[in-house]
Amino acid sequence: MSPDPVTRTPYPDPDPVASTPNPGPVTDTGTAVHRAVAAVEHAVKGPVFDCRMCGQCVLHSTGMTCPMTCPKTLRNGPCGGVREDGRCEVDPSMRCVWLRAFERSRRLPWRGHFTALRPPVDNRLTGSSSWINLLTGRDRRTPPGWRP
Amino acid sequence: MRFDELVRSGGPVVTAEFPAVDTDMAALVRHADRLRGWADAVNVTDNTAAHAHASNVAVAVALRGLGLEPIMQVACRDKNRLALQADIVGAALHDVRAVCCLTGDDVTAGDEPQARRVFDLDGPQLIRVACALAEGRYLSGRVIDPAPELLVGAVENPGAPPYSHRVDRAAEKIRAGARFLQLQICYHPDRLAAFMAGAARAGLTSRAAFLATICLVRGAGGLRFMNEKVPGISVPAETVDRVERAADPSRAAYELALAQARHALGLPGVRGLHLVDFRGGDAVARLLSDLRISRRLTA
Repeated sequence: MSPDPVTRTPYPDPDPVASTPNPGPVTDTGTAVHRAVAAVEHAVKGPVFDCRMCGQCVLHSTGMTCPMTCPKTLRNGPCGGVREDGRCEVDPSMRCVWLRAFERSRRLPWRGHFTALRPPVDNRLTGSSSWINLLTGRDRRTPPGWRP
Repeated sequence: MRFDELVRSGGPVVTAEFPAVDTDMAALVRHADRLRGWADAVNVTDNTAAHAHASNVAVAVALRGLGLEPIMQVACRDKNRLALQADIVGAALHDVRAVCCLTGDDVTAGDEPQARRVFDLDGPQLIRVACALAEGRYLSGRVIDPAPELLVGAVENPGAPPYSHRVDRAAEKIRAGARFLQLQICYHPDRLAAFMAGAARAGLTSRAAFLATICLVRGAGGLRFMNEKVPGISVPAETVDRVERAADPSRAAYELALAQARHALGLPGVRGLHLVDFRGGDAVARLLSDLRISRRLTA
């Protein structure tokens, strides 16, 4: 087996917001406008997708199935514990979230996004509006050591 | 040859699972003596099946001291990203280079189902983070100097739904940086064959070493246990029956493992085996001898 060369871009300069240990407010999640938008977002996406308000929505790439409803909150596909009949390893009363995501994503024109490596969750964004974070680009900020 | 060199060399590979230990160092040495010379490297589990044991780092360091080549499993269930990075870097300080990244069984599979599950990272993310460490950066971007020399691997389960997605998932892990993939034991030969054919077709088998797992059990009870208790493993009822009804169930269980190993080694792209031994004694040595992989690697 030939060693496969690592052809990646160099590490970028540290993102001041993502990498600063105590950067203060990471986004304007505390403002009245942000809170109001977050409340509307939750009201819409809660009933439809069982949205958990992670603040960095990836529904479009997961077959419109919220990965945070996976008991292990996996962001990158099904674990190895899916039962023979497609039920969840943790909660046998439910169908594997990722099995559903896989099946639904195949019906979408952008199905190729399903296997894209999604970065670790930024836990500071929990509860904030992913709509605003999408517009500001905040949801795409990753730690400097992370390279997709 | 060191395990990282062996994996990169393209030669056949045999790994074995090191049994979980608690505080009995003599038992650890006994297990090490039993596997020494037969396995190129041994997997040190991380609270296997969600049962607390002596830690992966402690056991890996001990095995390194005993001259074995440890593969340190790191699971996402019990620790957040800080602790996972600390474990990998800390073990590397003791020359533990091979890391196997896995999501991990849920806490409900173990004997402390009340525990908080962590899963701060998932399997593919952990692979990526381990590779960043090997390139000399923590996830934060902070420099590690010198960078640890790591060989990052992972696991995949060809026998769990969605079957048609498992090759893509292996590809995802290889893209993230995995250079060896230990496959979950699969009692459905057709699923393993389809998975390996897909992996070979996708060009994955030249980029990572695929190792098929073989479980050496004592009889039908072990098979039934795996089918019922181990997440993601299904053993067909007729397989259990065949072993149970045999005149010598222990022998039948061994013959099953031997047949599985022969089948796996005949598939395109399978670089070797990962052996999980519940029989004890000389089962690993016997299996490898019967497969004519009877090299004693080190004296």
